[in-house]
Amino acid sequence: MSTISPREAQWREELRKARSAKERTATPRVKMPELDPAYRITCNEEVNRGLSREQAVTEATRCLDCPDPQCITGCPVGINIPGFIKNIERGCFGEAAIVLKETSALPAVCGRVCPQERQCESKCIYNKMRKEPVAIGYLERFAADNARLSGESSQPGCAAPNGIKIAVVGSGPASLSFAGDMARRGFEVQVFEALHEIGGVLKYGIPEFRLPNEVVDVEIRALQAMGVKFITDCVIGKTLVYNDLVEMGFRGVFVASGAGLPRFMGIPGENFVGVMSSNEYLTRVNLMGAGRPGWATPVIQGKRVAVVGGGNTAMDSCRTAKRMGAEEVYIVYRRSEAEMPARVEEVRHAKEEGITFLTLHNPVEYLADENGRVRAMRLQRMELGEPDASGRRSPVPVEGDIVEVPVDEVIVSVGVSPNPLIPNSVEGLEVTRRGTLAVDDDTLCTSIPMLYAGGDIVRGGATVILAMGDGRKAAAAMASKLI
Amino acid sequence: MNKIVEKKHFSEKVVQLIVEAPMIAHSRRPGHFVIVICDERGERIPLTVADADEARGTITLVVQAVGESTRAICAKEPGDFLHNVVGPLGRATDIRNYGTVVCCGGGVGVAPLLPILKAMKAAGNKVISILAARTKDLIILEDDVREHSDEVIIMTDDGSYGEKGLVTAGLENVIGREHVDLVCTIGPAVMMKFVSLLTKKYNVPTICSLNTVMVDGTGMCGACRVTVDGKMRFVCVDGPEFNAHLVDFDEMITRLRG
Repeated sequence: MSTISPREAQWREELRKARSAKERTATPRVKMPELDPAYRITCNEEVNRGLSREQAVTEATRCLDCPDPQCITGCPVGINIPGFIKNIERGCFGEAAIVLKETSALPAVCGRVCPQERQCESKCIYNKMRKEPVAIGYLERFAADNARLSGESSQPGCAAPNGIKIAVVGSGPASLSFAGDMARRGFEVQVFEALHEIGGVLKYGIPEFRLPNEVVDVEIRALQAMGVKFITDCVIGKTLVYNDLVEMGFRGVFVASGAGLPRFMGIPGENFVGVMSSNEYLTRVNLMGAGRPGWATPVIQGKRVAVVGGGNTAMDSCRTAKRMGAEEVYIVYRRSEAEMPARVEEVRHAKEEGITFLTLHNPVEYLADENGRVRAMRLQRMELGEPDASGRRSPVPVEGDIVEVPVDEVIVSVGVSPNPLIPNSVEGLEVTRRGTLAVDDDTLCTSIPMLYAGGDIVRGGATVILAMGDGRKAAAAMASKLI
Repeated sequence: MNKIVEKKHFSEKVVQLIVEAPMIAHSRRPGHFVIVICDERGERIPLTVADADEARGTITLVVQAVGESTRAICAKEPGDFLHNVVGPLGRATDIRNYGTVVCCGGGVGVAPLLPILKAMKAAGNKVISILAARTKDLIILEDDVREHSDEVIIMTDDGSYGEKGLVTAGLENVIGREHVDLVCTIGPAVMMKFVSLLTKKYNVPTICSLNTVMVDGTGMCGACRVTVDGKMRFVCVDGPEFNAHLVDFDEMITRLRG
């Protein structure tokens, strides 16, 4: 897509000349202002406070506006990163937000939850200079927040309506990104959400202290302003089936129904009362308001809580448990901290908040009291062996070394399997051996001609930004088929 | 928002609601359930669908007030709204001509059993229905059940109506007297457990419909997991009906108490 801020623009040339590279690289990377750990575990307030204008402009000045910017190659949606950063440097924050919106439907979300350290920031030229990379994620968040809070419209224009109806299944990041791209191309987009809230994992999964719901709602309202319609409480594959959508005149369908069934480990005692999936725990607290006065949904509020797993969802769960009043919270992870899939920042935040990390420990059994409530876990001590298929050193049990730790709540966060609702309900829809939808790599089209799919229903558990990238890719492919 | 158009009290704690839900009325089949949120800050409660009127665009729910959320649903009046109703969820009953089908319903379990026995009758089965409750006042939907059954047996714990005894006594009688091809049972978990133990003894295939705790109802949370034939199954997407002889009822009962 074209950009309003190309590198050849005169203002960018002038900006590049305004300061020497030496001057730019002499500035240290900005630190994100954060809430104090002792305070933040008492509430749900967002931990990262965002950069001030001065901090943002100074950080933007560090960016060298490279002739061949590698950061863009690290971004799954190909954001014009120097383009938006240079707009921040020159003080045009609104323009910066528009550049973000050219390629990303959810910059305020991505600026908060993307693993930038593994994507754009890992490709930054500063790494080669053995310096900390430009804080692209913080700047993205700054530009998006600034646009939101100032009320300036950062919406890129939409093409004239083409009258073609498109259905979207699910309202998580892949769907929102797809819906935005299609609406901008002039399509009439209708999103069907199974839950009673729009936003998918952004609402039920990621906690308020990491991604406030209001941030998501603003992005949803922006899509509504572009003409995207949302229907909640509608399960595609159940309330309506694929053929109903075709009969209703939808000429293309994008399925992004998300990560489905939570995985458990299959160890004894896993069905005791007090053992639950992170999906269940986080949904109860984030979506259903459990633990807040006036909300009907209950949740077990354990005093000694173990969270099994080492991903971002595990970090979200353990930090939530702390905020729900747990006295002792453990992360139980079978490899070492170096192999943890969670973002470095999440791990650091969890540790600051007093979470105990039991790395190189693997649950082998849960024990219950006479009422079937979990009272302890038995953990097998592990050590690292040879690298496995994932390239990470594989965990090997230390024979006979088992410890018993008392707990009254266990949150299992070891991944998800694909949800069977869509695969089961569309005849002729091909699935992979893992149960995910089989798609063409380039177009994300499934075995049904006008049925496209992306996000976790295809990937089987990935990140917000990869899901969004899928949404963009599918939108481009579907649009070129239809117009 | 779904409008309540009719309300009927079956007993002090059991209420029938007819609710506007045109898409669900169109798609639901016997065996399906819905998730209801009573008010804005309400809980997601799974409820089985007792009936539907596609022309009118309504579904029928039978609700027993057992906790805060079900009490709030039962307190609604015609003209009020349920905040959300989503469905139909779960797998529909496998309706076929099996031969002789005995349908055992306990308490409010009779409500979801009604569409199943109706469909079983329409499919050409001989349908014998056994309705069981603690006492006479808690027997619900008897007339509707009679209309679609070849025979109806009523069992009450206190003998205030029909025969005195548990559902299993009535069922054992039937099994003793004639060949039964299939038993369908819906009711309290303990009741289904004992129905299952009995039919296992006589080797009569039995399906049960489980009503576990759920949050989303679409396979995401895993709160509804049960052990069936030694494997983990999710009631919301793999069920709610299972081969009763393979269900670990004791585990399920412990989890329901939790």
